[in-house]
This record gives sequence, structure tokens and C-alpha cells, in this order.
Amino acid sequence: MTREMTGAEMVIEALADQGVEHIFGYPGGAVLPIYDALFQQSKVKHVLVRHEQGAAHAAEGYARSTGKVAALLVTSGPGATNAVTGLADALMDSIPIVCITGQVPTHLIGNDAFQECDTVGITRPCTKHNYLVKDIADLPRVLHEAFYVAGSGRPGPVVIDIPKDIQFAKGMYFKPNEFPHKGYKPRMKGDLDKIKQAVEMMKHAKRPVFYTGGGIINSGPKASKLLRELVKLTGFPITSTLMGLGAFPAADPQWLGMLGMHGTWESNWAMHDCDLMICIGARFDDRITGRIDAFSPGSKKIHVDIDPSSINKNVHVDVPIVGDCTHVLEDMLAAWRSSPGGPDKAALGSWWKQIEKWRARKSLAYKSSTEVIKPQYAIERLFALTKDRDTYITTEVGQHQMWAAQFYQFQEPHRWMTSGGLGTMGYGVPAAVGVQMAHPNSLVIDIAGEASVLMTLQEMSTAVQYRLPIKIFILNNQYMGMVRQWQELLHGGRYSESYSEALPDFVKMAEAYHAHGIRCDKPGDLDRAIMEMIETPKPVIFDCVVDPAENCFPMIPSGRAHNEMLLGDAAESLEDAITEEGKMLV
Amino acid sequence: MLDRPVKPGDDTDQEETAVNTTTTSHYPVAPTAQKIEAHTLCCLVDNEPGVLARVIGLFSGRGYNIDSLTVSETEHQKHLSRITIVTRGTPMVIEQIKNQLDRLVPIHRVIDMTLAGPAIERELAMVKVAGKGQARVEALQLAEAFRARIIDTTTESFVFEVTGSTDKIESFINLMIPLGLVEVSRTGVVAIGRGPEGM
Repeated sequence: MTREMTGAEMVIEALADQGVEHIFGYPGGAVLPIYDALFQQSKVKHVLVRHEQGAAHAAEGYARSTGKVAALLVTSGPGATNAVTGLADALMDSIPIVCITGQVPTHLIGNDAFQECDTVGITRPCTKHNYLVKDIADLPRVLHEAFYVAGSGRPGPVVIDIPKDIQFAKGMYFKPNEFPHKGYKPRMKGDLDKIKQAVEMMKHAKRPVFYTGGGIINSGPKASKLLRELVKLTGFPITSTLMGLGAFPAADPQWLGMLGMHGTWESNWAMHDCDLMICIGARFDDRITGRIDAFSPGSKKIHVDIDPSSINKNVHVDVPIVGDCTHVLEDMLAAWRSSPGGPDKAALGSWWKQIEKWRARKSLAYKSSTEVIKPQYAIERLFALTKDRDTYITTEVGQHQMWAAQFYQFQEPHRWMTSGGLGTMGYGVPAAVGVQMAHPNSLVIDIAGEASVLMTLQEMSTAVQYRLPIKIFILNNQYMGMVRQWQELLHGGRYSESYSEALPDFVKMAEAYHAHGIRCDKPGDLDRAIMEMIETPKPVIFDCVVDPAENCFPMIPSGRAHNEMLLGDAAESLEDAITEEGKMLV
Repeated sequence: MLDRPVKPGDDTDQEETAVNTTTTSHYPVAPTAQKIEAHTLCCLVDNEPGVLARVIGLFSGRGYNIDSLTVSETEHQKHLSRITIVTRGTPMVIEQIKNQLDRLVPIHRVIDMTLAGPAIERELAMVKVAGKGQARVEALQLAEAFRARIIDTTTESFVFEVTGSTDKIESFINLMIPLGLVEVSRTGVVAIGRGPEGM
């Protein structure tokens, strides 16, 4: 059934037909017709951000916490360029968002018109796909295709650039149909022979480990359920990347903790020493592998990924399986149950004994203090006081992000929103806005650093306007912690520009935004202050003053392999030997 | 304030891993190089505005080489174009290039002509040679040997059209240099597989 309407009305109609309830955006000249159409309807609710980067990150938080494709609307020129950081972030972390940008009228394109920029040219490398609509007849197809492309296969951001005259033009709108794109059909079901081969290898493995990632989260909640079933059935240990936290419950004894540059001792050693690595929904990123030629040298690798270009990109794998995690896990479970034999229980027993020895190092231990709040302690208390609530966590980027990943235990998927691939400081505040918009009755906390939070703090106004009681939990150590840590370890302690000079008073800042401010600098006051933050029915900025000297351990420095981790001195040490490497570094 | 690094291999029977030179970058060091090969890729793509920019942007953005590129619409009804790219890299990089191209939404199919079986590659060049007397005669004779056609003549110049493999074109041009080569206009490589099957 088709209907005649203007381009702007088509945009709204398509958003509604695609199930979009909220759209984050900021108006401007080139999108006025769409904003006019928005005003005259109530199916799609607009959330006014304060910077277009905030709109992009809010859409990301919305998408990651719900599993739906989220939408944002920005104007031409500076509106589009402000959103580029968020689009690049969504591309790196495979988050499905559709970004509608206004554009100058078609006859002015290429003329250096007011607020014109080559949006499609600029966003081509940082989006999964993009479109410039030059004919009203193409608009309905492009709108529906964009949602399909964003959400299918490996999800990603899609930009639709709509010139203003197209927004005014009249054309025939049609609803989405079954065949949204003639050429692009990503592979969902894995090769059954390879799956059977993988299961055979799993049944004979002596030191297996599951290495999972964000692909499980993207695949949907069913993938997490199937993963848990498979891990329980096999009895294998499991670790996850930063992006995959929550797919498997952290409280479970088979959970080894996060792996990678700041992963736990036991997970990195298990990856290094395993004889079979089962990678599901992760991409062997350089934060995980460390030195590639020394990465898990003795193991066979099974790699399940929906994106064929991720397979054999960094690390050679033995059994590549292209497909969606949910389908492949289903097939794996069926193959495991229908083939004879089970896991090698005796070998697994010794493997777990070895893992327990590694766990005994207590790699995440830190020296506690009664005088100053240790950042790890702050996260632990935050977790203890929020774990029984309906909580979502977003973060900024840096040491606090790593501590949040290490110390906040995630039991469910879609609860953890962080910028992993691009590592965008300023992600957390707008992402919290997006998450709270999707889950109005939940507790949404942004674990932040004081340097990161200053980048997008203006979104506090959005939170106050829409009555979103987000909690910004700032671990204030007065440094750009991660940068300072690297400068300390590798650049001879020359702290070039990593000190947070001229910090604002965060409590006064909160009050200026008509939110609530709390400061805490004593460990004894922390619990009471966190409860105050949780129970305040308004947005809260919590300035938690922490020890500036803490470094984030374990750490695999550059050029090292998994078994060359540095540990903090609070971990159980074996011997006092200072190695050659140690002499060079000290 | 730095904590002691723990000696590798403390708990298990691990031999000492070779110590890599410590870099000061927060990225791992580059892996040792494999052999670099030239491959000819044919891509079937939707002929939509910007698709060539997308393919070229992919190559430049990820640091892959383009030795030659040709493109033209080959199926007018379905609006499909065929892009032929000659690129070079290690086998792992070539595999990556193919997968990255396949990932692009307007790309229908990518075939590696160098691996897919016997294939034919051809180039066309228009070569302008100016000369008088003995050099002019010499140029004419060489052109005949190369089966090049004369598409323009004046009393003191020729323009030759020569088609063939890249090697043949290169030899022809090199031979014309001492005989008064003025300029060359070349297409890139186009390739097609032998036998009855299409792409």
C-alpha cells in the first residue's frame, strides 16, 4: 500500500514502521522540514541533546542496551561532522545505528553552500554504508534498506544524507518489504561440517578455553543463553573481551575474568597455555593478542564470526566458521549432544588445577587504605550496593574503564556499555542518557574519569530536561590515568599534558545543571554516599576523590606476550628475581 | 613506583620466550614479512554513485596498493559494473583485501583471477612517437612486429594503438623511447577467465 507524502513525512513514517520510538538529535537549517514533521506527530519521540556527538553516543547506548537499531537526526555541515566520532565508534564496536543528516538542496551540492559538507565522502570510511538521496522516488527504499543494513550481519552505523529539497518534495511512500536489499545477504548459518569438526576437537581437547566477545551480545540474548548451556555442558573455562562482558555470568566458577592487556592473570595464562581456543564472536584484537608471534603458540584455534574479513586477519585459525553466533551455538550444542563421547574429564581436571594455581596469584589484588579511597575499592563498593538492582553501567575511557571491567561483575548481557574499539572519551555521559531513555525505571550509572567526563558533560542538560536520573560516578584522580600510567612505565615518568589542571568543582557543576552533586573522599563515607546517589531521584554527579598513584594491573605492555604480564605489587609474588626486562623498565 | 615484572614461566614448564625489543608504542610490533605477490581481482558491483570512491577509499584507508584499476558498466539492465584491480601484498593481506571488498554493501562478488584458474589479462595503450627519417622507419617496423595499429599519422609523427599483456606493452614503450616517444595513454588491466563459465 502506498501513500503520497513529503520526504520529511516519509522519514518519520519509516522510523515508526521500523519500530523506532525515540530519536536523538539536534535541529538545524537543513533538517527543519523533518523537525516540522516531528512536531506534528507523536509516534516518534525526539530527545534533544546538547551536542551531536552526544546524539550519536546516546543512540549507541540505546542500541546496545536494547538490541534494537537506534536512530539519530542531525543537520548538515557541522551537525554531521560533530556526529562523525560517534559513527566511527559505532563502526568499531559494531553497534547498529541509523544517522539521518540534512544536506543543502541538490542544486547547491558542491557549491560550498552555507553549512554544506561532503557528508557522504567524510562518513564513507567510518560507516558500514551510507546514502545520498537525490531523488524522492529513492527515499522510501533507502530508509528501509538503511535499517536492514545497520541491523543485519555484523551490525554497524549507516548514514542517510537527505537534501532539503528532497525533504520538501512529494513522493509515494511504501512500507518495508521482505527483500530489503538484492545484493547484501550476510551468512547466518555456519558450515555444519566445520561445526562437527570443531565439536570433535573440543571432545578431545586437554586444555581448552572459550574466548568470547561482543559478537555474542550483538547476536541477541539467545546467544548468551546458548553459550551458558554449552559452557556448562563442556565444563570448559571461559574468558571474554571487554565488549563481551555479561554474556557469561561473572559469578560462575567457570569464569576466568576478562582477558587482554588488562585482563586477569589466570585468563591470559589460560589463553597462552591452552591447546584448543574456541573463539566465538571476538576478533583477535591487538589488546587481546599482545605480541602476535607469541600469541598462544601451541594451540589450535576455532573461530566463529559473522564477518569473514575478521577471520585470519591477525591470527591464523584452524577451523573458521562464518555465521551468526546464535545459529552456530545451536548447531554446536546439537552436534555435541549427538556425537559419542564427552570431554576428556581427567585432562580437564588437571587443567582446572593449573587454573586454580593461577587464580591463587590474586592478580586483581590492590593495597587497601583507610585514609584514601582506592579506585578499585570504589568500584567494589558500587557493585556491592547495586548488584541486586536493575542496573546498567556505561563508562568513559581509561583506567576507570579497566577497573570497572575488572571489578564490576556482570551477570547478564546488554548491561555493559563502553567504547572498546575506538576508545572514545566522553562516551559515557551521553550513552547513559540513551540507556536511561530506553529503560526509564532502571538504575543507570556512568563510571567516569574526571578528564573524560568534561568532554561531553553538557548532556547533563538533556538528562535534566527529560528527567533521566542518570548517575555520573567520577573516579577523580586528577590525572588522565591511563596516559599517565604509560608515561610512567614507558616514557620515563615524563607526564606530558596528562595532569587534569583547573578542574571544576563537580558538586557546584551538578547544581548549576539543576542536578544533585555529591563529593566523597574518605573510604568510611563511601557506602553512605553511594546510597545517597542511588536514592536521589534526580541526575547525580558523584565526585569520588581517589588515590592518584594507583596504576591498573595486570598489564601486558607493548611488544609482550600473554605470559609476560606485569602484576601490581599487591599480588602474591613468587620470587624476588628482577629479570632483565625488569631492569630495563625500572 | 613501578612494580617488578614477574618472570615468565614461573608456574608451569615454559621455556623463556625471546625478549622482543621493548617498544614505547602502545601497539604491538609489526609481524615479520611474508612474500609479496601481485594479484588481479575482479569485482562485480552495483553501478551506483560513489561505489568507485568506496572501493578506492577502502584500499587507501587500509593501506593496500593499487597497481592498476579499470572500471566500466558491463551489464546495463542490471546496472552492474566490473572493476578490475591489480594489487600486491602478502597472501594474508590479499585474503584480507578480498574479504574487506566482499563486506562492502554494493559489492556482489569478488574473484581473484590469479588464483581462480587460467585467466587472460590485457591492456591497451596509445603511443605517440615523433621522428623523421631512419627513426620513423624503425618505429613503423617495430610497430608491425608488435601488431600495433596506426591510428594517427602526420609526416613527422604516429600514434600507435597496441593491445596485449602488460609485459608486451612495456616492451613496446621501452623500444619507442630512443625513437622519439612523446607520450603514452594507457588503460589499466582488464581480465577475464578462460572457458565457458562467467563470474
